[in-house]
Amino acid sequence: MTSHIETLNITKTYDGLLALSQVSVRAPSENITAVVGVNGSGKTTLLRLLAGLDEPSKGTILIDARGVTAEELRNYCTMVFQKSIMLGGRVYDNIAYGLRINQIPRRDIAEKVKSALAIVNLDGFEKRKARKLSSGEQQRVAIARALALERAVLLIDEPTANLDPANTTIIEQSIKEAARSRIVILTTHNLPQARRLSHRAVHLYQGRVVEEGETASFFANPRDERTKLFINGELQF
Amino acid sequence: MGHGEEDGVLDPITEGIVRAINLILSGDPEVYAITALSLFVSICGTLLSCIWSMPISAVLAFRNLPGKRALKGLFNALIGIPTVALGLYLYLLLSRSGPLGYFQLLYTPYAIIIGQCVLVTPIIVSFTTSALESVDPEVRTLARTLGASGLQTDAVVLREAFWGVVLAILAAFNRAFAELGVAMMLGGNIRNVTRVLTTAIALQTAMGEIALSIALSIILLGIVLSLSIIVSLARRPSR
Repeated sequence: MTSHIETLNITKTYDGLLALSQVSVRAPSENITAVVGVNGSGKTTLLRLLAGLDEPSKGTILIDARGVTAEELRNYCTMVFQKSIMLGGRVYDNIAYGLRINQIPRRDIAEKVKSALAIVNLDGFEKRKARKLSSGEQQRVAIARALALERAVLLIDEPTANLDPANTTIIEQSIKEAARSRIVILTTHNLPQARRLSHRAVHLYQGRVVEEGETASFFANPRDERTKLFINGELQF
Repeated sequence: MGHGEEDGVLDPITEGIVRAINLILSGDPEVYAITALSLFVSICGTLLSCIWSMPISAVLAFRNLPGKRALKGLFNALIGIPTVALGLYLYLLLSRSGPLGYFQLLYTPYAIIIGQCVLVTPIIVSFTTSALESVDPEVRTLARTLGASGLQTDAVVLREAFWGVVLAILAAFNRAFAELGVAMMLGGNIRNVTRVLTTAIALQTAMGEIALSIALSIILLGIVLSLSIIVSLARRPSR
């Protein structure tokens, strides 16, 4: 079992613009790490690097202290996006797609789809058209699709942005359930959610880590002035 | 094939409709042969063109190439190529003194197929490329986060664009099936050999057989419309 993932001084630039600078973050297993920060602080960039979707311009990503390439990362991590992306067809097809391309035996796929749907409270939704679902249900299908793969690291980008409280509650419960057996890193600018869900919190500001620590102390006694302002909703960006 | 004995009894359009029904129901062998040849050359032309048009579309949609925009623009422009002009160029290629004259393809159904292949290539390439590019780019990102390889990622985009690709093929078939210039210049409208619906309509109209022309055009339109309706019905709106 993978024990932790970490970034070591990673920097990312897009067309000369600095998105992340010297970011070092460590996320242990069976924990939820919340990456918080204002819009444009680099949260999604960090997740994309961890997901192996982009390569860091500088620095290394380590899994269990071993440096890994972007291609290798895609075998360890999977990602849920802020805007859920549904493939055409049924809910079953959406969840089974990842399993099929990863050569999971056909006889196991139905069982895995069923289990994943149960975690997000969508039992019996297999035959529903994915694109006909509400945005909250689609996001839950996206989480189920990621969970079904049973990857060591689950990356979740703003999972409940613009969702109603009922869907938010179910998604938060699903994330907690997921964290029992894997590393979960979620980005959010919803501070109460970060406080409720996470064990560790990281504050990104202008592409840099300005504070990192246990969630309780992060919110109760922030050391960095910018984190204090962010928690109080007074940080200018 | 009948010769318009009912002239003067009904107006040409009504007579054409009546004659179309009669020709279809009576199983007129020549009309069936013309229709079958039209379908054969158009289906062959379209499917053969798919062999190279689909990979070209995939490359244009999925890969970054120098001159890609210019190439896409060229294919878009070629959609409107006049069939007579294309027929003329291919005639020069296939004629006895042309570079491909050795194969003696001129005035055979194969010449029409070759012409239609060339004619529909820009349609398939342009429409398929457009269909592939219209798929949400995040689908590609999603596939990669689920562990898809490069080819598997392309495959899922292709699957998402399935109905767009079907429509591209349908548009190409319709263009091939309904064109006149290539079939006339490369086929020569030889009875029982290269006569297709469009060349037969042109001939009958020139001979003053308006009602028969209308009858044949109704068969032509009926096939084109039926295919479009079948595809529309098969297409599930929730995709």
